Amino acid sequence: MAQIWKHLKSAPPTAIFGLLVIVVYTFVAFAAPILAPYGEYEIVGSQFELWGEGFILGTDHLGRDMLTRLIYGARNTIGIAFITTCLAFLIGGILGLLATTLGGWVDMLLGRMVDVLMAIPILIFALLILTITGTSQPVLIVVIAVLDSTRVFRLARAVSMNIVVLDFVEAAKLRGEGTWWIITREILPNSLAPLIAEFGLRFCFVFLFISALSFLGLGIQPPTADWGSMVRETATLIAYEDITPLLPAGAIALLTVGVNFVVDWFLHKTSGIRDDK
Amino acid sequence: MAKILKMVTQRLALGLLTLFVVSMIIFLGVELLPGDFAQEILGQSATPETVAAFRRELGLDLPWYTRYLDWLGGVMQGDFGKSLASRRDVSELIGTRLLNTLFLAAVAAVISVPIALALGVLAALYRNTIFDRTINVFTLTSISFPDFFVAYILILFLSVKVNIFPSISNVSSDLGFWEHVYRVILPALTLTLVIVAHMMRMTRASIINLLASPYIEMAMLKGISRSRIVTHHALPNALAPIINVIVINLAFLVVGVVVVEVVFVYPGLGQLLVDSVSKRDIPVVQASCLIFAATFILLNLTADVLSILTNPRLLHPK
Amino acid sequence: MSEETRKLTGFTRREVLASGAAAGAMAAGLSIAPGIARAAPKKGGTLRLGIGHGSTTDTHDPATWTDLYMQVVGNASYNYLTEVSNSGELVPELAQSWDVSPDAKVWTFKLRKGVEFHNGKTLDSGDVIASINHHLGEDSKSAAKAILDPIAEVKADGKDTVVFTMKTGNADFPFILSDYHIGIMPAKDGKLIDPMSGVGCGGYTIENFEPGVRTTLKRNPNYWKTDRAHFDSAEVLSITDVTARTNALTTGEVDAMDKVDLKTAHLLARSKKVRLEEVSGTQHFTFAMRTDTAPFDNNHVRLALKYALDREALVKTILLGHGVVGNDHPIGRSNQYHADDLPQHAYDPDKAKFHLKKAGLSSLKVDLSAADAAFAGAVDAAVLYKEHAAKAGIDINVVREPNDGYWSNVWLKKPFCAVYWGGRPTEDWMFSTAYAEGVPWNDTFWKHDRFNELLVAARGELDSSKRRGMYFEMQKIVNEEGGVIIPMFANYVMGLSNKVAHDKMGANWAMDGFRAIERWWFA
Repeated sequence: MAQIWKHLKSAPPTAIFGLLVIVVYTFVAFAAPILAPYGEYEIVGSQFELWGEGFILGTDHLGRDMLTRLIYGARNTIGIAFITTCLAFLIGGILGLLATTLGGWVDMLLGRMVDVLMAIPILIFALLILTITGTSQPVLIVVIAVLDSTRVFRLARAVSMNIVVLDFVEAAKLRGEGTWWIITREILPNSLAPLIAEFGLRFCFVFLFISALSFLGLGIQPPTADWGSMVRETATLIAYEDITPLLPAGAIALLTVGVNFVVDWFLHKTSGIRDDK
Repeated sequence: MAKILKMVTQRLALGLLTLFVVSMIIFLGVELLPGDFAQEILGQSATPETVAAFRRELGLDLPWYTRYLDWLGGVMQGDFGKSLASRRDVSELIGTRLLNTLFLAAVAAVISVPIALALGVLAALYRNTIFDRTINVFTLTSISFPDFFVAYILILFLSVKVNIFPSISNVSSDLGFWEHVYRVILPALTLTLVIVAHMMRMTRASIINLLASPYIEMAMLKGISRSRIVTHHALPNALAPIINVIVINLAFLVVGVVVVEVVFVYPGLGQLLVDSVSKRDIPVVQASCLIFAATFILLNLTADVLSILTNPRLLHPK
Repeated sequence: MSEETRKLTGFTRREVLASGAAAGAMAAGLSIAPGIARAAPKKGGTLRLGIGHGSTTDTHDPATWTDLYMQVVGNASYNYLTEVSNSGELVPELAQSWDVSPDAKVWTFKLRKGVEFHNGKTLDSGDVIASINHHLGEDSKSAAKAILDPIAEVKADGKDTVVFTMKTGNADFPFILSDYHIGIMPAKDGKLIDPMSGVGCGGYTIENFEPGVRTTLKRNPNYWKTDRAHFDSAEVLSITDVTARTNALTTGEVDAMDKVDLKTAHLLARSKKVRLEEVSGTQHFTFAMRTDTAPFDNNHVRLALKYALDREALVKTILLGHGVVGNDHPIGRSNQYHADDLPQHAYDPDKAKFHLKKAGLSSLKVDLSAADAAFAGAVDAAVLYKEHAAKAGIDINVVREPNDGYWSNVWLKKPFCAVYWGGRPTEDWMFSTAYAEGVPWNDTFWKHDRFNELLVAARGELDSSKRRGMYFEMQKIVNEEGGVIIPMFANYVMGLSNKVAHDKMGANWAMDGFRAIERWWFA
């Protein structure tokens, strides 16, 4: 505990800012029902009411409170993105490390499968699958996670490829350690840094992907609030210099910046360069 | 060199296999979609009899494997079939669209790659300064906006408020080169904003990563200037991962721009593919997907060859 | 001109002949038009339209047209036997006049003489018959097959006369021939030369056609109408994204657009260079319940759902006032036999609860399928409906279906779904398309003996007041027992550059009854 504190104290201001953003967002996500002034789907006023008392950020096109939708949006969007990204890293990471550790035909087979998946334009693939299966939340999460995991697989494989041939891995193999032990004790810790860096960006790409899907009429089921769809619903307003769509878009951007600041700091610490300024 | 040649041939053969599997998956995928061409083209006005007549005429009443093998047989002889909708040759239909897509990708790449590299190198040089942080925040913000939203913002400022560029990219083949460039500037800028961050961050990260290595420290001790170290010592060795990211983004420029095409009404392949999927025009879907897949495979191969060429150690493995 | 003949739908012999004299009636329509429309049309210029539809799979074959893009292009390149004028009456186009037998079974059409196709061929009865047969027969793939089904036989009587014999009496038949699918194309030896060529005898020839992108049209120098086709050329762009379309209009890339985004319509109207135009016609949005499926097979459940919807709120929120409330039957206020005195279904949670109880239920849970492919705002409308119905103890679970494949996968399949109807100019056409027993588009799978009896009787009836009575009763039946909830009739809202001038705008379809290119001009 004390050590974490020490690390934090030495963190640059950008990292502290990033951490703050993450903490606040997480808090908002968990405490949404307490923080939000109204219910998530509740129609509380007439549409497009202006900012002011009662509705701090006005109301949306159906007369729902914008602030409430944003707060619940945090919960739904971050929740879905987090689960999706974790799942993608779980699938892609494990398979990628397995591929390098086992090598041979396993590597070959997995590699070709990923090639095929990646060669199909991701949006078209999602369009095909989601049209066939429907867009319930679990399906959406699994589909995006699987598509995303191909990218993680490639990264995990590329990174661990260099580690597998190192002496200490060879030694472990000679000692007769199991594959699982080697992966978790030797390879994973040594390839964590680039994977975490990737996590930061992938996490944010999930929002964007959901937003792109809502452009094609797929995406999250209404009336659930999510930022990606909220940008889509209000985007036309930007043509008239109305900044409403900037609220959900800004919420995504702030989180992206925050997460990546933290990731940068982490990379900086693990890469071991001295601060030579 | 022979080694590279062998690798290239091997990868191309594997690529063909990949294309085959892709074509099968796409075919099955479109088959599994609810409704077929006959139903989708008539939409709300379809009746059972007219749908049946359509199927008879186009051979859609045959089982899927017969149709797939028919198609495959044609492809083997270089015939990609005819569009179910217009009965025109698929190759004719796709030709101009492909050129448009490649043109937009090229313009976007010419703008974005140099910017990304320059910003990445500068950010690495002046890392943790205000400059570095500003660039970071700006690029991160630009990638966290959905692409259609970035497009709307650009249109607002560069087209609606100050009428410099047209808000839609109404291109046709009889336009001159520069006129064509002028009309695709806005979509190209949109794509630039979408991809610069990724490339720039990778450039910065790989250079910074190398700065910790002993040979750079050595150079520093020798008193070589920082900018010279970065450009002459670090950058060449950091090229492999940078090339990789650039290539991934080039692939994105060709394959992943459907939304931008829709917003700017730009007649590219992506729009054609989405339309054809929604109408179940299988020959067109197949041909477009194969083009996309081939682009991806070729670009990937290029990336690998380039990374080997830039890294002698990979060229002559132990 | 009396109100009765203005909306000419049922014909006595005399009325038919009167309308045959035709152009006079149209000129009368012209002179009463308001405002800028008063100035004499100017020739010249290129009209550029931004249309929110269009697909790379579009073709010139009118048999497969489904959306506004080809409808607008097609109404510039093709002519039809009859035309619904901008004031809603039926006027002759390629047919010069027509006549009907007393049992409304045999219709004789005299063709206009000396009309030339774009390829130079002169129009004769053979072209008309081949164009009609294109939609009939076992191998027809035409969307118009169902509406032309009443034809038993079509034959020529010399070069300039075509005789249609109906299976049963059909008083509205000339209206059917104005349908956008039934463009007249040139034929050779009884067969169409090429239905995909786009060759018709309309005011504009197709110069360049890139499906899903743009079509360029050039004025037909030999056009037989002298008071139409004012532009030298036209360009029709497919701009499906509404923001892109709006931007194109405000930056002057196009001169007019369809389907204005209602949420921002008031902002667009502020622009000095652009104006909004809207017409209210027969376009309506519905929630269709399958009456052959539980729980919708119980009329009390259907009534409960009809009373559990706040129509006013939907018109206000989804249409932003650009429309009127519907009364659960598909006949619009602009139709000739609209039942004005039918009590309006209103939002009444207590009444809904009452009907639920009558159905033996204390609560109800149903899935409602919707997608924006059904109509713009369908998903939002369903979400609002959910909130309204909750107050009546009805739990509506909104299922957003993918836009892709909506018409083949959801419509006519799911028990409760959102549907779009462009509406039809006549009562018979509307009812026999979607409410008669067993027709393919009866999306509520509704069967009602009395209704079906009346439908056939009214179709063959040439007496206007008798028809009125029958259509009133039919509207009442659909309203009280039908499987359809019709919350609203939506206006067509278009955006036009101030450079564009036009007459009174046709309300039968969007873009001046699809005829914008032929009817408009630059001020």
